[in-house]
Amino acid sequence: MTVSPSFQRSNAGAERGFPDVDAVVAALRAEDYIAERDLATAIYLSLSMGKPIFLEGEPGVGKTEVAKALSRCLGSELIRLQCYEGLDVSTAVYEWNYRRQLLHLRGLEAAGGGDARAAVDDVFSSDFLLERPLLRAVRQSRRGEAPPVLLIDELDRADEEFEAYLLEILADFQITIPEIGTVAAETPPVAVVTSNRTREVHDALKRRCLYHWIDFPDYEKEVQIVLRRVPEAPEHFAAEIVRLVQALREEDLFKQPGVAETLDWTNALIALDQETLSDDILRDTLGVLLKYQDDLDKIDDEAVRRLLRKSQSPGD
Amino acid sequence: MTEGAAAAAARGHLLRNIVLFGRLLRVGSLDVTPTQLRDWVAALELVDLARKGDVKAAARAVLVSRRRDQPWFDKAFELFWQARDPRELEQLELGLMIQRRTERTKRAAIQKLALNDSDAGNDRPDDDRERTARAQLYSAREALRQKDFAQLEGEELDEIKRLMATMRWQLETRRTRRLRPDRHGHRLDLRRTLRRSLTQGGEMVDLVRRGRKHRRRPLVLLCDISGSMEPYSRLLLHFIYAVSHPRSVDPGISRVEAFAFGTRLTRLTRELAERDVDRALQAAAHRIEDWGGGTRTGDALREFNFTWSRRLLGQGAAVLIISDGWDRGDIDLLGHEMERLHRSCHRLIWLNPLLGSADYQPLTRGIVAALPHVDDFLPVHNLASLEQLGDLLFSGGGSAPGSGRPSAG
Repeated sequence: MTVSPSFQRSNAGAERGFPDVDAVVAALRAEDYIAERDLATAIYLSLSMGKPIFLEGEPGVGKTEVAKALSRCLGSELIRLQCYEGLDVSTAVYEWNYRRQLLHLRGLEAAGGGDARAAVDDVFSSDFLLERPLLRAVRQSRRGEAPPVLLIDELDRADEEFEAYLLEILADFQITIPEIGTVAAETPPVAVVTSNRTREVHDALKRRCLYHWIDFPDYEKEVQIVLRRVPEAPEHFAAEIVRLVQALREEDLFKQPGVAETLDWTNALIALDQETLSDDILRDTLGVLLKYQDDLDKIDDEAVRRLLRKSQSPGD
Repeated sequence: MTEGAAAAAARGHLLRNIVLFGRLLRVGSLDVTPTQLRDWVAALELVDLARKGDVKAAARAVLVSRRRDQPWFDKAFELFWQARDPRELEQLELGLMIQRRTERTKRAAIQKLALNDSDAGNDRPDDDRERTARAQLYSAREALRQKDFAQLEGEELDEIKRLMATMRWQLETRRTRRLRPDRHGHRLDLRRTLRRSLTQGGEMVDLVRRGRKHRRRPLVLLCDISGSMEPYSRLLLHFIYAVSHPRSVDPGISRVEAFAFGTRLTRLTRELAERDVDRALQAAAHRIEDWGGGTRTGDALREFNFTWSRRLLGQGAAVLIISDGWDRGDIDLLGHEMERLHRSCHRLIWLNPLLGSADYQPLTRGIVAALPHVDDFLPVHNLASLEQLGDLLFSGGGSAPGSGRPSAG
């Protein structure tokens, strides 16, 4: 097999343990994450090619879960950066510990001064540096440990300024701190970027990554997910629950319930000692599945009956 | 030796097919970069070539970066996968070449048309003309500013389009959560303060401050193109084009999204992004399938609310609806969706061309249902009304029936 130069660092990725796509599917399954095969393919490529993976999809389809499961099955640390508007270098990358710096300078003064230049060098050394997620991810991969999984969560919440900065970081995992110098990752961290699409993320950034759109799972997958994540649920009940949620997704709703909602609901029903679905219990717990008043209004008595009928016919 | 040659030949075929596949994708306006193609070649060495699903998933992960491109990708991939025999792909390439050729000639024809058009509009007065002529021109222009769009003819129309293009559009700003150096800011910039103090022997003489950064708002335009809007809709599309294409370096609006609606909603943002006015408008007109038909504003707004609002209204956007309010759809739905839209944007402005005539009363069912949820209700029937709109957008001041609501931002 010939390897192009740009592709050389892929070998580092292959060392991370997965010989092929099947291995990724199996490893994720062992960590209770049931992945569609094309998602597993994208993850496998991302690891092997050392490229970040960009996951988009409706809220609650398990984008963040991918990173968590991945870090568990790689046995590496998960470093999470939650995005928000105004996220800047001092919260995402690094910050100087000003209080300690000031105390240190005062201490030197009290002790009778000394060399001012040396004091400055002293104060801007890594002892006074506060690592934030991105710097930590880059440094971690230099310490000879397994490269961490870097989760950049809900990038659509950050603003364009941060996106531009991220573009730089994702290109070569290298961070320059003026006072210290450049820190570069030896093996790039496994980067997972997620977005809920409350804003279009710039194409340039998506192109740097492998892109994957996560859909709602099909019936069989979702039942498997429920059984894995809520082992207390009997199989026939899980099937009933999933059929109902899937029927609900076909209703004309502003916000369809995600897999996260299915799991929450299953847990709620188990906590209420239910073993089968009924009109009353569905009406009372609908708020776990639907989070908008309009949507709740839409599911009236007639819709409840219709949904229950669908959930009880396994022919679906 | 012969085996090696055969393998090399097979490899050559594969590479050739890959390049062809890239071209096929570009025809469907997927912007595939050479880097992406190279990545794909790399990815192909990693997956099992016998498993179609894996090869496809790999190609998609590397080459597609927008969900809406997936249908075309799927089609192109099927062609690529089936065409194992190089001759087939060759035919495919021939087909592509023909398609491109026809597209190119079509484009050239359109350009030629546009050129003739702008030649006609370029008869501007020379500098050496007398002042009286200029004064006459001025009063003529003033009359033109006040003239109803529906009554414009021939040259006047061209002049109005030209004037529209020179107007500058600016939206009020929104305070973001990002900080920047600001002498009057309310927060200390400890990093800079400390740095500066070091030049003064560790004494904090100057405190450096930071404040919130301000940024222009995005704008979403929803334009009614139904039958009753006919006299206005073409010119209004020109207006939307002008707003989407700022002339100065500082765009007064952070992002413009445009939609047309009649009985259904059509997104025009991509079409209007085209640099050339005529081509952009032609593409937009081509896209709209319900041109000059009925109006079901409620359904259109509902579609907007369900599929677009969460993606487009995030950064404190202002929304402009341009419609005469003649509606044949579900009025309850219209009121309901207007309310929802009003809750999720910073400011909702309704522009109505009929508001220009003195005896107009907002009594049509659509307007009655919509008005309670509108921040500003303004005319849009001549150039003067557009200028007025420009002032209002910039100032952010409300002369509104439904204002007094805390701003989202």
